[in-house]
Amino acid sequence: MKQLVIDFQKCDAGRNCNHECEMECAIKVFKVDDPAQAALQIKAYEEGGGKAILCDQCGDCMVVCPSEALKRNKLGVVMIDKQLCVGCYMCIGFCEKDAFMRNPDWIVPHKCTSCGVCVKVCPHGALSIVDVPEPAVRII
Amino acid sequence: MSQLVFDPTKVMDIDYTKRTEYLDRLEALRAGMRTLKEVPFQPSLPDKGYTNRTLYVNVGNLEVTEKPVTQQMKDVFIGGRGFGLYHLWNAVKPTTRWNDPENEIVISPGPVAGMTQYAGTGKSLVVSLSPQTDIPIDSNVGGFYGPLLKFSGFDALELQGKADKDVILFVDGVKGIIRIEEVEGGPEDSHVLAELLTHMYAEDEKDLPNVSVVSSGAAAAHSLIGMLNFSFYDRRRKCVRFKQAGRGGIGTVFRDKRIRALVVRGPKVAGDLNHPVDPETIAKTGIKYHKEIRENDGGQCMMRRNGTAHIVEIMDAYDLLPVHNFQYGSHPDVHKIDSAYWQQRCTQATVDGCWYGCSMACAKGADGLVLKTGPYKGDMVTVDGPEYENAAGLGSNCGVFDPDYLLELNFYCDTYGICTITWGTLTAFVMECYQRGILNRERTCGLEMTWGNAEADLEMMHQMARGEGFGKIAGMGVKKMKEYFIKQGWGDPQLINDIGMENKGLEYSQYMSKESLAQQGGYALTNKGPQHDEAWLIFMDMVNKQIPTFEDKAEALYYFPLFRTWFGLNGFCKLPWNDVVPANNSEQPEAHKVPEHVQNYVDLFSATTGVKIDKEELIVQSAKVYNFQRVFNIRMGKGLRLHDAAPYRSLGPVTKEEYESRAERYDQQIVTEMGLDPAGKSTEEKMALHRTWRTGRFSKLMDSVYARRGWTSNGVPTLERLKELGLDAFPEVVDVVKQHL
Ligand code: SF4
Ligand code: SF4
Ligand code: SF4
Ligand code: SF4
Repeated sequence: MKQLVIDFQKCDAGRNCNHECEMECAIKVFKVDDPAQAALQIKAYEEGGGKAILCDQCGDCMVVCPSEALKRNKLGVVMIDKQLCVGCYMCIGFCEKDAFMRNPDWIVPHKCTSCGVCVKVCPHGALSIVDVPEPAVRII
Repeated sequence: MSQLVFDPTKVMDIDYTKRTEYLDRLEALRAGMRTLKEVPFQPSLPDKGYTNRTLYVNVGNLEVTEKPVTQQMKDVFIGGRGFGLYHLWNAVKPTTRWNDPENEIVISPGPVAGMTQYAGTGKSLVVSLSPQTDIPIDSNVGGFYGPLLKFSGFDALELQGKADKDVILFVDGVKGIIRIEEVEGGPEDSHVLAELLTHMYAEDEKDLPNVSVVSSGAAAAHSLIGMLNFSFYDRRRKCVRFKQAGRGGIGTVFRDKRIRALVVRGPKVAGDLNHPVDPETIAKTGIKYHKEIRENDGGQCMMRRNGTAHIVEIMDAYDLLPVHNFQYGSHPDVHKIDSAYWQQRCTQATVDGCWYGCSMACAKGADGLVLKTGPYKGDMVTVDGPEYENAAGLGSNCGVFDPDYLLELNFYCDTYGICTITWGTLTAFVMECYQRGILNRERTCGLEMTWGNAEADLEMMHQMARGEGFGKIAGMGVKKMKEYFIKQGWGDPQLINDIGMENKGLEYSQYMSKESLAQQGGYALTNKGPQHDEAWLIFMDMVNKQIPTFEDKAEALYYFPLFRTWFGLNGFCKLPWNDVVPANNSEQPEAHKVPEHVQNYVDLFSATTGVKIDKEELIVQSAKVYNFQRVFNIRMGKGLRLHDAAPYRSLGPVTKEEYESRAERYDQQIVTEMGLDPAGKSTEEKMALHRTWRTGRFSKLMDSVYARRGWTSNGVPTLERLKELGLDAFPEVVDVVKQHL
């Protein structure tokens, strides 16, 4: 399964970049000019280093979705079917990584598609898409 | 409190998509159907939670009309149970009885119902004159019917009249069609009927979740304890499942009207169909609550894992689990039906909410049950839960500790359309009568009703479904059985009255109130009869010990029935309110009210309707409907102090064995509560002392609670109280009360 990962040896959490990854994700993937709506969020710590909110495609949200709107695609990526979504936000509440996103202007939430758009624009090469085994379904 | 740790390796490996299917009967059913009337309507979505019209259908003369929802209806009755009581009041006269054509069944979801972001927001409220109590009964039920009805365009459905032959009412909220169809032949039992109708009315596979069926079953027509199943399509299991409007015999009214089923086909559900004024507040509150479930449920009630059955062992440990018709509070075999067992037996990793967005997900399912008896013997079925009430009522209260039989009893109650709680309590009564010689094999026409005899229990139910034998007598319910046994001269009338666990004609639900004064009041001082949904105080009183003094208990009997009424006005479920609590709840003032969650409800109501309320106004909203319902009871000839009387079994030990099983506690109370010395007194003498003390204490509680509620000592709301609530705007209400002041 395709998974987005970050290397904090390389990412400087916006000190020497303009959060290109977030901006590019928001514009290209979600068609909205607002980095707060990107599927990844990188925060800098004052003491140095940083923290990333990334979806690792664990599939927990898929387990709790009542309308089967979340399914893995051929690449193992958890994708949302907007037609089926009932906007309950259980996916958001049950994502332990806080990686399921919500734009107050939209009723349907959104998440990372492991598309790699952000990978390409990172000036420090900190992001990459890796191929890892699908984890077993968790009972949550 | 002991906390079970979840072990996923112990979950039974059952293919939850496997079960007996009945779809080959679809064509035969279709062939027996004929359209009697079809009327078009304009489908519409709610605005701020209301569609602003209701649907009236008379199944006798086929009248179909739309009625507007007035501002007064919204201001005074809010929706749900409030709308149900309002319509019912206007439909009936004081002389109307349950089987008169003018009696109605009203189904209303409430303004918040259909919200998908917060747990427990898909409820329908069902109101009718009960065949058991002759007063209004209200039932709060999950399943998709109510929300889909509202998303089709109606805030309530009134059903009146009586058909000559069985009919099905179909509301198509996509195409805008209301159709009454006659049906000849075909199945009556819910698990078959609802499966067929769901497939018949869905346009295609994808449409199945947008169809919901209300139905009953074969036993409802031959008893007074009929129930209604509200269906929802379980996408993971690929089957039709149910939640039940159980109490008070509404299913019997339904079948008496010759309604076979109600079907609604709604639009595809989305997160904003209620068109709330403030979706952002709803989204934030919902997500906050989902997180609370994720973080706290595993260390608190484990509702998401076990459903309501999690309290079986807690009740047992605190001596509060009903055993053998509420005689005892615990049993050594309880481990066979405790939550550790159900955790393995109920399928996990599926989505068990009875409406979208319920992260509490208590609607558990046990798959792969192969039936051993009855008309469906050999079939493999999926059974509900069981919920706590069923584990306790069908299980421990009747001495049944075999989980497969318990599930089978649960299954047949559901598909036959009878209330599991009622069945549990009435069977426990029959079994105790059998134990004490009030009944014997001859009187039960051969049924050996000994404790734990699940086969006899099932046979009694099958007889009832066929309308024959002792099963038919049992189906009258405890109150009428008591009268019948006494008339036959089958035993000491006082004993029969003491052990028959009913009040107002409704059977007690499954908590042992003997040692909890608050729960005694919580049961007997209710509007509709002893159902815990109005005042479930036993946990607060006996386990959490949050209301220790007499004054605390009386105050709780003012506040909680009102607070809990409010859920039913709006289409909320009660469980998400206190079956998980914020991590810091115990540090809050009035922790037993779960203040943060109360604020959530205030916010969700305001954000949906645009009507700004606070937690005090919430109680006022409820008080209007609660007092209206009390007056309604009085109008129907009940609702006074004498109707709030409790059977002694619910207050204290009726028999020597019961006294002796708790002798230490009871002897101690003679010292501390009565200031007497138990030494040298016989058990009978000590029982008599307890009886005087306990009935006196209950009477004193009644006085305090009535005063706090603004009622006279006869239980009648005063004119001042009615004025304060604005109910004096209804001259008929004032007239009813005046006759009793
Ligand atoms: S959004 Fe969260 S729960 Fe869903 S796959 Fe990504 S990390 Fe897992
Ligand atoms: S918001 Fe949509 S995708 Fe998320 S759990 Fe609910 S229905 Fe599924
Ligand atoms: S992989 Fe695609 S969807 Fe995910 S964060 Fe990067 S750009 Fe956004
Ligand atoms: S808590 Fe249970 S009964 Fe209440 S809404 Fe959720 S699933 Fe339904």
